[in-house]
Amino acid sequence: MKTLRRVALTILTLVFSASLLADFLAPASFATQFRESPNASPSVQFPLGTDELGRDRLSRLLYGSRISLLLAPAAALLATLTAALIGGTAGYWGNWWDRMAVIITDLFLSLPWLFLLLTVRATLPLNVPPLISVVITFSLLGILGWATAARVVRAQARSLRTADFVLQARAIGYRRSRVFFVQVLPNLKPVLTAQFWVLVPTFILAEANLGLLGLGVAEPLPSWGNLLRELENFSAVKANPLLLAPLFLLVVVVGCLQVILSEEERFQ
Amino acid sequence: MVFQRLARHFVTIFVTLLIGGLLGATLVRLAPGFGADERELDLRLNEQSIRMLRQARSEEQNVFRFYLQHLSGLYRGDLGFSRSANRPIVELLEDRLPVTVRSASAGLLLGWFLGLALALPTAMMSSTAYDVATTALSGLVLCLPAAVLALLFLFLEGPEALAIGLVVFPKLFRYVRSLLEDAKAQLHILTAKAKGLGVFRVGLWHVLAPAMPQVLSLAGVSVNLALGAAIPIEVVCDSPGIGQLAWQAALARDLPLLVNLTLLVTLFTMIANLCSDLMITASGAEQA
Repeated sequence: MKTLRRVALTILTLVFSASLLADFLAPASFATQFRESPNASPSVQFPLGTDELGRDRLSRLLYGSRISLLLAPAAALLATLTAALIGGTAGYWGNWWDRMAVIITDLFLSLPWLFLLLTVRATLPLNVPPLISVVITFSLLGILGWATAARVVRAQARSLRTADFVLQARAIGYRRSRVFFVQVLPNLKPVLTAQFWVLVPTFILAEANLGLLGLGVAEPLPSWGNLLRELENFSAVKANPLLLAPLFLLVVVVGCLQVILSEEERFQ
Repeated sequence: MVFQRLARHFVTIFVTLLIGGLLGATLVRLAPGFGADERELDLRLNEQSIRMLRQARSEEQNVFRFYLQHLSGLYRGDLGFSRSANRPIVELLEDRLPVTVRSASAGLLLGWFLGLALALPTAMMSSTAYDVATTALSGLVLCLPAAVLALLFLFLEGPEALAIGLVVFPKLFRYVRSLLEDAKAQLHILTAKAKGLGVFRVGLWHVLAPAMPQVLSLAGVSVNLALGAAIPIEVVCDSPGIGQLAWQAALARDLPLLVNLTLLVTLFTMIANLCSDLMITASGAEQA
């Protein structure tokens, strides 16, 4: 399994590096339209062809990967930090805050995630500038996706409440907040790391679903979600199987994350 | 004991729906553009008509009054009016709900069948090839967005329920397999095998049966998964269910409809949780 994990990490590093270096690797900007060659077949100039607006698909894939691969972990980080704050403090402090946090967490867990996401997304303007749409999409994922992680973190923090080192720290007069930040939080790191890795592929897939539904990142900015919309045209996919490249990349990245995730769970 | 649990569940459902409803009403009220009506742009309307349109919406300005009105309407069986579909929400649900219930139920059955059928052999035999094959299959399906699965079934002209089943299957399979693997490592299994019990009997009676309460606890989660997957799948497959309705409502910013749909799906999920809890209690396995 260690070998498999190494392979997964290598692939992720390669894809991540390629997306970060999109400015240098991409033959053109994601928005540049080659008006004389719309729907061009794969060629030396356009390795994956062009879309109906004449935009180079390889460039859009590289820039789209950058958006999905930078912002899904950012959203996962936001959700994990929220989970650490709500679940960690609830488990450690207990009492009324614990009860209240449990009610809030259960409420979030009972609400269907995608329905909630659609509802909140619909409260915001649909015709926002592309960059704002990216922030909105991934912020919503981060803000609404913390509940499952919070429950796990709370359980772990609860078990740490009566740990020897915590009791000793309290006995020598450390304040509860100091014990939480200095003693408890560092010991929650393995759980938080595992939850982070659980959330990253979940958010990548959620963005892909939202993008395919037209509620994700707005054009002309590319993301894996809106790049997958080209798959709706079956005849085009049959004619040019390279249209499957975004899907292939998404499956590979999420697959690699699953491999790392299974190892993280094993470490716990 | 059972009645206490039931009462607690009903109170939880009631409170969740009440709070969820208030949150929904607040969202509707605070949404940018609340109170705006595109009919006001109709040049044929005179000033008096526009004033009447605005007056009709003025009662919705206060969140709590808006929510109380919504609740009293709910008590009378009136869920409100969908501006995007130009129909009462109750009528829309009457038309759309059966479609989703049918496809989600079929998908759930399929997902559970596949999940259990593929996980059970792991409890009966130790085959690396089988493990690798099933892990790869579930892993591949897990990596595909529900909308892409729907596209695949649209392309193959397969039923959408199968796509919902495939969304549910990998998560169930992985959880059930890990439960069964834990159960398989118990000492009494080794004893049963040493005493010469058949593989099938050991798997069903000594591995699956004790793990059933934990397996059943997934019922609520799987309902939530199936209904969540219904949105992209119904949109892509053009199936007129509540998933497609939610999407249309999101695009048209029809928040009253969306809030009602969200609460309805929440109710389904919570009832599924309640049922799974009752099944676990009834089986008496929880105490064991």
